[in-house]
Amino acid sequence: MDHLDQQTLSALKEVMGNDFSLLINTFLQDSETRLTTLRSLIDTEGYDAIRRAAHSFKGSCSNMGALLLASYCAELESNALNNSVANLDQDVERLGNEFETVKSLLSNF
Amino acid sequence: MNDQRQLKILVADDTDTDRLILEAIVKKEGHSVISASNGLQAVDLYISECPDIVLLDALMPVMDGFESARLIKQHAGDRFVPILFLTSLSDNESLVKCLDAGGDDFLSKPYSRIVLQAKIKSFNRMREMNATVLVQRDEIAKNNLRLLQEQMVAKHVFDNVAHLGCLNSKNVRYFLSSLAVFNGDLLLAAMRPNGNMMVLLGDFTGHGLPAAIGAMPVASTFYGMIPKGFSMTDVLKEINSKLKQILPVGIFCCATMLDVNFRRKKITIWNGGLPAGFLLKAKDKEILPIKSTHLPLGVLSPRAFKDNCDEYYLVNGDKLYLWSDGIHEARNVMGEMFGEARLIDVFQANKDSNRLFDDIISGVQTYIGDSEKDDDLSLLEITMVDPEDVNEYALETSIKKDGAVVAWDICFEVKPSSFKIFDPLPILINVIMEIPSLRSYNSALYTILAELYANALEHGVLGLDSALKNSSEGFSHYYELRNERIQNITEGFVKIYIDYWTADIDGRLVIRVEDSGEGFDYKSRMGASLQTTGYSGRGIALMERMCESVRYLGKGNIAEVVFVWTNDD
Repeated sequence: MDHLDQQTLSALKEVMGNDFSLLINTFLQDSETRLTTLRSLIDTEGYDAIRRAAHSFKGSCSNMGALLLASYCAELESNALNNSVANLDQDVERLGNEFETVKSLLSNF
Repeated sequence: MNDQRQLKILVADDTDTDRLILEAIVKKEGHSVISASNGLQAVDLYISECPDIVLLDALMPVMDGFESARLIKQHAGDRFVPILFLTSLSDNESLVKCLDAGGDDFLSKPYSRIVLQAKIKSFNRMREMNATVLVQRDEIAKNNLRLLQEQMVAKHVFDNVAHLGCLNSKNVRYFLSSLAVFNGDLLLAAMRPNGNMMVLLGDFTGHGLPAAIGAMPVASTFYGMIPKGFSMTDVLKEINSKLKQILPVGIFCCATMLDVNFRRKKITIWNGGLPAGFLLKAKDKEILPIKSTHLPLGVLSPRAFKDNCDEYYLVNGDKLYLWSDGIHEARNVMGEMFGEARLIDVFQANKDSNRLFDDIISGVQTYIGDSEKDDDLSLLEITMVDPEDVNEYALETSIKKDGAVVAWDICFEVKPSSFKIFDPLPILINVIMEIPSLRSYNSALYTILAELYANALEHGVLGLDSALKNSSEGFSHYYELRNERIQNITEGFVKIYIDYWTADIDGRLVIRVEDSGEGFDYKSRMGASLQTTGYSGRGIALMERMCESVRYLGKGNIAEVVFVWTNDD
């Protein structure tokens, strides 16, 4: 699976026009906030909160064409729903790593 | 409707990224955007900004999309506000939850510009259609209210004009049901000055307003004429010509009219187009159908209208039943009509004739069951009784009338100075027409008086020779002379003497006209029965046909006719 879907991003660029870089920055900021939230939630074992945060994060990732990042969110959401708590921290770490990749790819877009 | 119109669209999403994208797409389509980052804010913005379409994220802090949708729909009331849920939820349960909360559709992430554009267009069409329906609904409600108010006023007037008269009499029972505010059926009853009861049951073609409008002149004519003593045929003729004049072709009034004489136990009936009524004999329970023998009222011209009636002599306890076609055409759940055969069955199954009226009503209503009533149901029962068992009025009249004889006379003299400008006939006819039973002889009495007066004036006072009128030259000479002499007249008179006598059954009117002229030798002409030939003979011959007797008195300057009649009740 690709890190970024080029078609989605091209369409966004067309729609957003001058605001495209604002959108990128907003997405990066949103994502940082989500990741921070998720990391702090793992320690408190707030599984429902984790599920909802992962769900919202998934939505904006898919809107931005961050395909792999969205699929990791979906897995995290599903694990949180099923209380498969064992690998939650690994899931969040994987999200963080993928986000760094997306971030650097987006800065070159 | 214009798809291109700019709409105001509310976007509610807590994720800035998603909201930015949506705002951009919506603006790109030419619409204006207002944004909220949680559900509560969305509700507040909906109330203050009244957007056309709402795009709601399902999961939001403070208040989620579901609650927000519920509040927005509640606030919108009748107004249709399309709510589209923005969601990456994909399980059925969550989607159902969105719809249950009042959502109308979904938009899934990642957003597609084409799909959003299509949905906005589609929901805008629905929204506009709904707005149109609401405007039309309000319009219909307003019109309906106005219609009901107008009908209330009209019904008030109608009920005052077409009231039930003396139907509350002790020997009368009636039933009138109505489909609409107005009744296509009409039931009127009034007492004549002679103590008879006159009843009219009518059924106009159609229902509602057109039928009610036709009923107004019928009722006002009926209640206007009957207390003045007009006969049934006079009333029928008047109603028929009025309806013929005012109703459009195809609208008419099937009717039965009755004149019930309780003193002489006689019923006079005219039926034009209603189903046959039944006369039930108390003695042997025999049923005599009273069939329609005429066309309905308002069909024929006054000249072609037939007013001949049927007469029946009854005994106390005999009952007459009249109905409109509502009973015959009452349908059961299968759509079959009640019909006359079932009606006869009800009569034959009845053991106590005092219960028959109720048996008919319950028979029909049981038959109809739960099916739709599609006509008016009208039923009338009149029992032959003595006047004291009808009402106060019949009793009083009966006491007054019993063996009573009415007699009077008047003498009326025309003075010389009046001959050229004054016509005494209208005054005399007016006096005579105050006698109810003489009204139907209006034209005969006018002819008689006119002939007698003309003879007295021309041959008597003016001394004109009727033989002059035997040739056409003489005829015009006659009128020249007449003009000349009437202008110069200074003396002479015509005296008109009317002697009236009436008892219960018949009456007699003696009219004697005396003039100041020379008279003539009538005795030598007696053999020829007063008839002469030629123009001047016509009047006498005509009078002899109309009167019981015509004779001359004195020196031939007094003419006397005796007119007799039978009272029409």
